Amino acid sequence: MANYSIFALGRNALQRHRHWPRVWRSPKPRPSYDAIIVGGGGHGLATAYYLAKQHGMDNIAVLEKGWIGGGNTGRNTTIVRSNYLNPESAAIYDHALNLWQGLSQELNFNVMFSPRGVINLAHDHHEARELRRRIYANQLAGVDAEWVTPTQLRALCPILNLDPGMRYPILGGTLQRRGGVARHDAVAWGYARAADRLGVDIIQNCEVTGMTINDGRVEGVQTSQGEILAPRVGVVAAGHSSVLAAMAGLRLPLESHPLQALVSEPVKPIMPTVVMSNKVHAYMSQSDKGELVIGAGIDGYNSYAQRGSLPVIEETIRAIVELFPITSRLKMMRQWAGIVDVCPDASPIISATPVEGLFFNCGWGTGGFKATPGSGHLFAHTLAKGEAHPINAPFALERFYSGALVAEHGAAAVAH
Amino acid sequence: MLLISCPWCGDRSEEEFSCGGEAHIVRPVTPQDMDDQAWGDYVFMRRNEKGVHFERWRHGNGCGRWFNVARSTVTHEILAIYQVGDDRPEVPE
Repeated sequence: MANYSIFALGRNALQRHRHWPRVWRSPKPRPSYDAIIVGGGGHGLATAYYLAKQHGMDNIAVLEKGWIGGGNTGRNTTIVRSNYLNPESAAIYDHALNLWQGLSQELNFNVMFSPRGVINLAHDHHEARELRRRIYANQLAGVDAEWVTPTQLRALCPILNLDPGMRYPILGGTLQRRGGVARHDAVAWGYARAADRLGVDIIQNCEVTGMTINDGRVEGVQTSQGEILAPRVGVVAAGHSSVLAAMAGLRLPLESHPLQALVSEPVKPIMPTVVMSNKVHAYMSQSDKGELVIGAGIDGYNSYAQRGSLPVIEETIRAIVELFPITSRLKMMRQWAGIVDVCPDASPIISATPVEGLFFNCGWGTGGFKATPGSGHLFAHTLAKGEAHPINAPFALERFYSGALVAEHGAAAVAH
Repeated sequence: MLLISCPWCGDRSEEEFSCGGEAHIVRPVTPQDMDDQAWGDYVFMRRNEKGVHFERWRHGNGCGRWFNVARSTVTHEILAIYQVGDDRPEVPE
């Protein structure tokens, strides 16, 4: 398959774009593979790509029950940052951020990573102290972070309401300049294309309905397209992780909740950066199409329905209108929810399980998109070697038995 | 959006309630005999059912009392509302 380049674009333009090849194959599943990845979202496809690229495993398959990138990969607010509090978290998210920076080149697919800066606002003195503490922790961990005053905020984001008479006045904020946004669909498509070129079978419309486990060892999975054997199975199924764990007789420390987002009608560029506020619970950026992309919170109860309740977006819209008065007459075009797998410590799980050969990558909760490349990279290492990479070692399931949790509720941005 | 029938106050909007998570998790009777595995399972591991979920709710902006709800996590349909301490009711799958 040809590389994408300016020359390929020119050549195809002359042929009126009628001869672009298919971007990935649609193979029938083989009876067996060296490894199976359950879940064709960004994390699963990235895992497959790095397994093939860095660990030489080309006899692998990605099984996706719907279409690739059709779950949370296509439902998030595309924010990328790494300003987490604990050193373990800073290491894993910054690992991902470093991969983001070269990702378009690596995949030969424009993922439109745009490091336009991410701002976290402080609305009271306690929050300002907490955020400054996070800045110092970030700087010690080698993650860029700086404090910005209201005056600087006016220059960074002119539409922000800096009126000191606001119900929750803005006292300042943190800025991570290397953070930003990326094109979520392109991430799934880019990884899918790159993995497919390395021989990975991406099988869509193939739902896993059971696991074949003998003597505590996984031997394969049952699917809507028949049984497929593999000595190693990696599950990357976000909100449905618990359902797959139950097939293997396991429970996980996860609860699935709907997380909502919405976009406005497209407008001219008004929002040069990403602004997040934990206090009033809202975050917003502007897509390249001009839509304002707004993130809401999670519903307080378990759900697998990909729709959230109205009170949650009402609260978010109230906060958005207060923070950005210019948006008060904007129409919202679309609203949706993704099912996120929320972990008690707001940190992910990349781990082996009591079943030999069965691995889980889950628990990313409300903030998995930013970690896509790093998550895939580390999970590929874990699957290939059978043991954790030093960066994801603190994120094993054992932490719920040892007590060594990695509490990131403050940095997770979405309250839960 | 849910319309929840509080056993004491009647039908109210979901905004008046908060969900307390999975019900029927029994506090260990002999904690001194439990190892880390048992504690981890008790504190953190959840069924997270796709289908009928038995869960606790509290009418915080109302009578303030706790009760249990059997609810589908796929359709959000409320199948049964019953008292804390009662056994799981029979509900259609």
